[in-house]
Amino acid sequence: MIAEHLPALQVVLPLLAAPACILLRRSDLCWAFATVVSWLSLAVAVGLLFQTQDGGVISYHLGGWEPPWGIEYRVDLVNAFVLLIVTVISAVVLPFARTSVAAEIPQEKAYLFYSMYLLCFTGLLGIAITGDAFNVFVFLEISSLSSYVLISLGKDRRALTAAYQYLIMGTIGATFFLIGVGLLYAMTGTLNMADLAERIPAVADTRTVHAAFAFLVIGIALKAAIFPLHLWLPNAYCYAPSVVTAFLAATATKVSIYLLLRIIFTVFGGAYGFGVLEFDLVLVVLALVAMLAASTVAIFQTDAKRLLAYSSVAQIGYMVLGISLGSVVGLTGGIVHLFNHAMIKGGLFLAMGCVFLRLGSARIRDMDGLALVMPWTTAAFVIGGLSLIGVPLTTGFISKWILVQAALEDGFWWAAVLVVFSSLLAVAYVWRVVEAAYFQPRPEAAIPVGEAPLAMLIPTWILILANFYFGVDTSVTVGVARQAAEALVGAAP
Amino acid sequence: MIDPGLYNYWIAMILMMTGFYIVIARGNLVKKIVGLTIFQTSVFILYISFSKVDGATAPILDDRFTTYGNPLPHVLILTAIVVGVATSALGLALVVRIREAYGTVEEDEILEQDSNE
Repeated sequence: MIAEHLPALQVVLPLLAAPACILLRRSDLCWAFATVVSWLSLAVAVGLLFQTQDGGVISYHLGGWEPPWGIEYRVDLVNAFVLLIVTVISAVVLPFARTSVAAEIPQEKAYLFYSMYLLCFTGLLGIAITGDAFNVFVFLEISSLSSYVLISLGKDRRALTAAYQYLIMGTIGATFFLIGVGLLYAMTGTLNMADLAERIPAVADTRTVHAAFAFLVIGIALKAAIFPLHLWLPNAYCYAPSVVTAFLAATATKVSIYLLLRIIFTVFGGAYGFGVLEFDLVLVVLALVAMLAASTVAIFQTDAKRLLAYSSVAQIGYMVLGISLGSVVGLTGGIVHLFNHAMIKGGLFLAMGCVFLRLGSARIRDMDGLALVMPWTTAAFVIGGLSLIGVPLTTGFISKWILVQAALEDGFWWAAVLVVFSSLLAVAYVWRVVEAAYFQPRPEAAIPVGEAPLAMLIPTWILILANFYFGVDTSVTVGVARQAAEALVGAAP
Repeated sequence: MIDPGLYNYWIAMILMMTGFYIVIARGNLVKKIVGLTIFQTSVFILYISFSKVDGATAPILDDRFTTYGNPLPHVLILTAIVVGVATSALGLALVVRIREAYGTVEEDEILEQDSNE
């Protein structure tokens, strides 16, 4: 009974929990409630993944209205995997949030934080699960509006301007998406993605559909922070509260990348966007520039959170590179990197959250000699950093290995070379933090600090150790990603 | 000559670019929100205008009429308007907070204060 309603529960649970948090008021109660809801969501996502594991597609009709008239939730392996990423991260981040939020957000506002967090969570899950193009827009705006609020809760006043900048760019992106959906609706008379996929080929050679493709892709690229549309990202990640940074960095851009996959491969069909419009060439170039330029900029940052934010832009480049290759191997690499990067950046930003809790900043020069007083936190950062670089036995290595394979398979040897070269740049920026923490003496005048509390270290280490686990046992991640990639490419008409 | 039958799209596009230009070119945070609202509204007009069917009446069932306009875009745009209002409200709320923190709503002055830190 309940198994068949899992798709609805996935979205409805956190959606109803958000206003409930406002009624609960007490920050501890809200935290406990949000954590329980988040774990339940994880259970639902795992259930959905099991139901779709054999390649089946769950089609859930909201309110019993038949698609394409009603809204359809359509779950296949691709979005079951994305739902899993989002819920896993949330399930790990929320236990961490209690101490971190208490330190960074005024007590009387904490319930609003949890309520916004749950709304953002709802929006991200909704984008991933729905099979209706307009419904995507609604969920996109739910997640965006709540993330603007979450970012503006940062202590620094620059969090406000960062949130404002993100609001402007995010709204432009979402509106572009809306224009694209509208143009497609005008040409086909449907909003259901599967139905769109059937009807687009008949009108594919019109300028309206070309324009729709452009609007949709640029709109999503803004939300996904694909170079050069990433300008909102560094400030937003840098000044947001630590929990928010960890959550958004690990999920929000991933969900947008998933949406890009959906639009390009399921709705238009890979042969259209990449074959007819030759959009893949644009993406390959942007991905490579992102990898190199953002990594280089990251090296010169003075704030570790900002450094990691630029590194995120570079890592998004890897995912886009995998997508733009358009082959099964390339897509596998892109999709598996969605998961792996969520583990890496989630872990690293949580470690930064521990640092921020004790130091009150994430500036690299404040971290001199930090390894002496916060050994577990800095060790977590080092291991996360190794995974970011792509050292064997870590998840980062798996993603890059598959991407290099895919690039070589298509004869793009220079792309493979650049992937390896940008890993070297990653060594340089990770080293800057490591050098400060391990090889500088602790200044005499430094405020005495201790190790972060266990409640924060344990979630951090769960994500960090996951990097090793999924770096050695790749059967789950790569297996699911490959099946998902085959489903996407196979779905192309 | 431009086909006059498509003038609605031209109006939507002109409005859209007007709004977009204001967002990019103005340094005043409130004016940026105004531009953003114009930008969003142009999309609403785009949707509404293609729901109009030649010679059709409003989509209210009645024995006297047989052709109706398409009601679906209206419904979609009602949702989008709500989203737009929420966005403007949140944007303006942020501007209020920015003014409290910086004492100005001009982008260049804010950047200047930030670079001094």
